[in-house]
Amino acid sequence: MRKYIFLALSLITAFTLSMSAQAQEVTFTTHLARYDGSGAYLAIYLADAHGRYRKTIWVAGRNARYYFELPGWARGSRLRPSEYDGMTGASVTSGHTLVVTKNIPDNLINKGYQIVIDSAVENGNSNRADISTPLTTAGSGKTVMGSVYVLSFRYDLK
Amino acid sequence: MLRKLHGLPSLFMALFLITIATTGTMLSLMPAIHRAHAVVPDKGEVSVAAMAQRIVQHHPNVEKIDRKLSGEVVVYYKTASHQPKADLVNPLTGQSIGPYQPSAFMNWVEDMHRSFLLHDTGRKLAGGVALVMVLICLSGVFLLVRRLGGWKALIKPIKGSGVKRIHSELARFAVLGLLLSSLTGSYMSAMRFGFVKDHTFIPPSFPSSVSGGQPAPVGSLIALKNIDLTSLHELVFPYPGDLQDFYTLTTEQGSGFVDQSTGTLLNFTRLPPMGVFQQWIIRLHTGQGIWWLGLILGASALTVPVLSYTGVLAWWRKRRVKKGDLVNTPSKEADTILLVGTEGQTTWGFAQDLQRQLIRAGRHVHCAQMNQLVEDYPQADTLFILTSTYGNGDAPTTAQQFMNKLKRFTSNNSLRFAVLGFGDRQFPNFCQFALDVTTALEQKGLTPLCHTELINRSSAEQFREWGKTIADLTGWPLALSYHPQPIATQTLALVGREDYGVNGRAATSILRFRAAGAHSLPFFEAGDLLGVMPPQEATARFYSLASSTTDDVLEICVRKQPNGVCSSYLHGLQLGDCIEGFIRHNPEFRPAVGRHPVILIGAGAGIGPLTGFIRQNTQRHPMFLYWGGRNQKVDFLYQPDLTRYLNDQRLTGLQTAFSQGEDQTTEKAYVQDKLLQDQATVRQLLEQGAQILVCGGRGMANGVTQALNDILEPLQTNVDTLKAQGRYLEDVY
Repeated sequence: MRKYIFLALSLITAFTLSMSAQAQEVTFTTHLARYDGSGAYLAIYLADAHGRYRKTIWVAGRNARYYFELPGWARGSRLRPSEYDGMTGASVTSGHTLVVTKNIPDNLINKGYQIVIDSAVENGNSNRADISTPLTTAGSGKTVMGSVYVLSFRYDLK
Repeated sequence: MLRKLHGLPSLFMALFLITIATTGTMLSLMPAIHRAHAVVPDKGEVSVAAMAQRIVQHHPNVEKIDRKLSGEVVVYYKTASHQPKADLVNPLTGQSIGPYQPSAFMNWVEDMHRSFLLHDTGRKLAGGVALVMVLICLSGVFLLVRRLGGWKALIKPIKGSGVKRIHSELARFAVLGLLLSSLTGSYMSAMRFGFVKDHTFIPPSFPSSVSGGQPAPVGSLIALKNIDLTSLHELVFPYPGDLQDFYTLTTEQGSGFVDQSTGTLLNFTRLPPMGVFQQWIIRLHTGQGIWWLGLILGASALTVPVLSYTGVLAWWRKRRVKKGDLVNTPSKEADTILLVGTEGQTTWGFAQDLQRQLIRAGRHVHCAQMNQLVEDYPQADTLFILTSTYGNGDAPTTAQQFMNKLKRFTSNNSLRFAVLGFGDRQFPNFCQFALDVTTALEQKGLTPLCHTELINRSSAEQFREWGKTIADLTGWPLALSYHPQPIATQTLALVGREDYGVNGRAATSILRFRAAGAHSLPFFEAGDLLGVMPPQEATARFYSLASSTTDDVLEICVRKQPNGVCSSYLHGLQLGDCIEGFIRHNPEFRPAVGRHPVILIGAGAGIGPLTGFIRQNTQRHPMFLYWGGRNQKVDFLYQPDLTRYLNDQRLTGLQTAFSQGEDQTTEKAYVQDKLLQDQATVRQLLEQGAQILVCGGRGMANGVTQALNDILEPLQTNVDTLKAQGRYLEDVY
């Protein structure tokens, strides 16, 4: 009996260790600018050095018919629901802040990948790469300025 | 049931309905305003490629071209310093008209309209309100049809007065618009929340491969050349420098992609028929691209606050009348039946007092209109009937079917009855209908409880005494104490009079009154009634008004009745003397609006309101007057006025008849004789849709009905048919 408990415990420990070795918890904080209009749709995603879509981090905005307005992300993800299932939430209104925390695999950090945010507002602009910043340990905690609906953005590696 | 279905949701939802309707009205103006600002080329004039090329020439870094349903074209682009901008452009030149800035206020209004500023919760609520509105509209239509007596009556003038009339008239005007708005609104809400699948959205299927060649000028792309500007919704440009990207195109027909190098149309998906239908639903709701419909819907929505107000007011009044919690036992269970025949409200007041006292005495009372007599009251032992009399001994409104229904009535042997009549002793056939009912009930084999009491001029004293008699006979403690509500009167001063007739015989006077002191007159129209309260009298007498508010004077025409309390009182007035009076509206007796001819028929003082109608006929619609008097020399009422109206064509034709000739040579005739003389003309006018209005004594009115039935026979119609069509109106006394 004791042998089994020991085995189980060591398995759990090994699993947890391997998890922590492969991924890091990252907090993404996006401040929106003040603008006239309803809630903004945002897609936060990772792209490779050539700007090619790699992986969705978060989509703000619940109505999938408007996802199309997030140009870079829509084309990259091809809007396959499997790309964003479980990674969506409410749209973000003018002047508000979106905070998302996610585990990011280590092999995507310091490897030339960038964090990109597309943004769109009803009766407003659709913006590819409102934010675009490399995902590196050095960039953690540094504020980046957005160009359209995103006022500023930062990410913090734990 | 139907009334509750209409009233309760309206009452609970009133504030939401008013909010949605008011904001809806504001939004309804937008399509027209947008259309006025837009430059809209004809179909086939400009292709998407040509317009895009012009726009690109005038704007750097174009990201998207959006064509609104109103025809406005908006370009989204970035300035050299990467500032995002949106401009309205002229699609013919590609130049900016000005910056595109949707009004923050109108956005707020729209948000209020669709969600009460409460996001998804509010949207669900708004959808629910729209659905309730559908229910209110439908139940309202059925109520109106029931009230007017048939679907055909919906297009005829609505009778009645006050808030109920305003409510019905407005509702009739707005109901189609409101139904369209609420039905489409509910549908849109159902689409939004997934109860109905949204087919207007085609999930984009991105092309798996593109040519990847160097981008060609947008104006040269063949796919865009083939699409007319009028069917464009949106054209999204490829990301600059990304050779793998493509144009994204949405048109009325569907959506697809265009290769930025070869110009080939890729993966175009057509909108399914259901999607086209749903797009139309949205357009019908918003008026986008159909600006005139938007304005109609807006005008309809504007009635909602008034409809809510008048609806609540009507409900409140009805409730106040019912106040006092009179429990009405169903007819099958009641031991005491109380039936009421009345024209107005007065008799109900007495009936309710009796009902209350009976309930207090432990009786189970069923109170209803006389018209609601059923075939059998299984538990009843006592039947009370309280009724007034209409005109010359006829049944009042709520008792008109009583005598017919009585034929099928089977009473149990022990049923005893008491009839209480209401009337005015100065008129002939005082309480005749009450006496007729007594006789009819006796013939049915019912036992009279006591003799039939006839109450003169709503006497509270007599009512109380009758109550004592009943109490003595039955042993029920009845303490009847009903006093009719005094009517709010206004003091009016006599400012002018014209007297006709000689030696006091058939003396008729035209009397003109103004409000005494600094007061102003209430609103009234010719054909309305002036109620006059003679001093020391409890009940008012009514006289038809010959003038309207615009004349700034109350004009009545009064014939002195032998022993008439009120007419003698009025005739005795000197200029400057004051009376107590009030207006009672009488919208049932009005010429219909429209170009149809109007035939006015009257005798004696009945000419008053008819002259008023002619005076108001400034539109010069064809109007004919047939009038009968006694003596041409001494009582040709309104002679100078009528001559003037003939000259200025407010009056088309005038025929007079006088029943007393001055000498043997003068023709003696009644007004119906003149009608028969002119029968060809009268028939012709009626075939043109003429309306007939009759005012005067009942004898004259009966003669006129007979004559007209003869005249109408060749047309295979009669006065009753005209009455049913609202084309034969009477004001008879």
